Amino acid sequence: MPIATPGTPGDGPGVTMAVGIDLHQMFGLHFMVNAYRAGTIVAVVAGAVGWFMVLRRQSFAGHTLAVVSFPGAAGAVWLGLSATVGYFAGSIAAAVVIALVPRSSSGRAHSQESAVIGTVQAFALACGVLFVSLYGGFLDGVTGPLFGTFLGISDGQVVTLGAAAVVVLAVLAALGRPLFFATVDADVAGGRRVPVRGLSVAFLLLLGCTAAEVSQITGALLVFALLVMPAAAAQQLTARPAVSFLVTIGLAVAVTWLSLGAAFFSVYPVGFYVSTFGFTVYVAAAGWRALSERMQARPPRRSPAPSAPPSGAPSGLTAGA
Amino acid sequence: MMALPLPGLTAATGLLTELSQMFDQPFLRAAFIAGTCIALAAGLVGYVVVLRGQVFSGDALSHVAFTGALAALAFGVDLRLGLYGGCVAFAIVMAALGRRANADDTVIGSVFAWILGLGALFLSIFTTTQSGTGASGGNAGVNVLFGSILGLSTGQALVDGAVALAVVAAFTVIGRPLVFASLDETVATARGVPVRLVGYVFFILLGVTVGVATQAVGALLLLGLLAAPAGASQRLSSRPFVALWLSAALAVFSMWAGLTLAYLAPKMPPSFGILAVATGVYLATVAVPGVLAVVSRR
Repeated sequence: MPIATPGTPGDGPGVTMAVGIDLHQMFGLHFMVNAYRAGTIVAVVAGAVGWFMVLRRQSFAGHTLAVVSFPGAAGAVWLGLSATVGYFAGSIAAAVVIALVPRSSSGRAHSQESAVIGTVQAFALACGVLFVSLYGGFLDGVTGPLFGTFLGISDGQVVTLGAAAVVVLAVLAALGRPLFFATVDADVAGGRRVPVRGLSVAFLLLLGCTAAEVSQITGALLVFALLVMPAAAAQQLTARPAVSFLVTIGLAVAVTWLSLGAAFFSVYPVGFYVSTFGFTVYVAAAGWRALSERMQARPPRRSPAPSAPPSGAPSGLTAGA
Repeated sequence: MMALPLPGLTAATGLLTELSQMFDQPFLRAAFIAGTCIALAAGLVGYVVVLRGQVFSGDALSHVAFTGALAALAFGVDLRLGLYGGCVAFAIVMAALGRRANADDTVIGSVFAWILGLGALFLSIFTTTQSGTGASGGNAGVNVLFGSILGLSTGQALVDGAVALAVVAAFTVIGRPLVFASLDETVATARGVPVRLVGYVFFILLGVTVGVATQAVGALLLLGLLAAPAGASQRLSSRPFVALWLSAALAVFSMWAGLTLAYLAPKMPPSFGILAVATGVYLATVAVPGVLAVVSRR
């Protein structure tokens, strides 16, 4: 892949051999420092909430909440408000709506529910287009909120992201143990008087806040990359909850840092890098797990066969599924 | 009877003359031709998608549509090659995965999120390499995402209409076994319906429908054209074949009404008009029975 060919005008600064100087140059720019601050905050929250989301199998709900943040942001810009407000308003409102609709899994009701989700998603995006076209600017106005942007994150936005992150993490810390209990075994938890339904509503609200935060870095359509992929990778690597929780956060932060750097030194959108690095991490983790399981399954027959490195792992994908 | 000079009536006749002039515009004629056929196909295929509870697969295929179309543009090939090629190829993969492909599966979700990320890459390659060709270069990406039904030429509209009508024709052939297999797979298998084959044909039809609908309402919004009329018709009738054709009729109605709205309010993107009517129809099927129940209780 060509990284910032020097001939094209309007590129990033380009990568030279002296990485240290390049990094120094990058962090000399205030907007990049802000991008890294915001990215780190978002990655920690995404890792923590995403871990629970994958455990609870609610990743499609997370996707929907993120999609709804796009009309929120576009509408806020059209009305002359800050886009950040719009992201949060859209996602949290959608979380309330989803929490209010009763869940059912019987055949006919299930098919109605999927029709509702599809309609809501498409209509939300259509509203986003309407707001953007009413506002005037079209191309930049659409691709930024959808596929992520890291330019022009203000100090105030970093503070807002940080404050929301502190609230989300504090609530998550308070609810963590009962939420884990209710997720792993809802029946037993209900029997022990854990408020399962209340926890599920509270978690959806947390998820809405998180989707709004992540949307501002990866774009509304690629939230999945930061919310799901690190958690899914960590749960491939270890079965111990506390360890995989920490690994998730670590992976999310690493993916975000790498992506911001790569996006700075090239012309391609940050959302592409986040989804690619996240997916690579996930495939590598699934491959490593498949490899280690195979080696444990039949150790005594012969000495461990020389096998492919963990990155060559399309077979691991199916084994991990 | 003589017409009275009422102010409401003059406004109404003004609207009528404006509407009668609507079809003088060649681009609107093209949009109505293509839109009607596309809506017909989307309504029929969408009903089965909803019946099988596989709206998610429509969502996944729309991601592929976006990436396929932009990959074709980025490599300088005809957009429709990437669009149909990508959609049909992935539709076959989804059919092979069968019921394992569900929405909350992290593997499937991650793969499709990555595909969308690739689409963002192709969009940016395309916009940076084609920026010299003027505004049309940059707008192509937005058109793939949100549709450009008013931008179709008459020739394109006829091709799209023909593709959509081919889907409708194929659907009338496999419709009966398909609905049977979707309602009850076990019984259908026992009665000798080739369930697997029917499933593959259905997914290919879905892929083609997604491809053709992408050009009308856009990759991101076609999910609504698949899901909303189907969800509404499912609420209105519990007889599968009545609901099937009702879904197609509601989709065509949404298309016509949406295009008319977009014509009357030029600032409104036509895709929004179509989606707004479709969503409104769905909401009406949810709300009206409830209101009627409350009224009849009094």
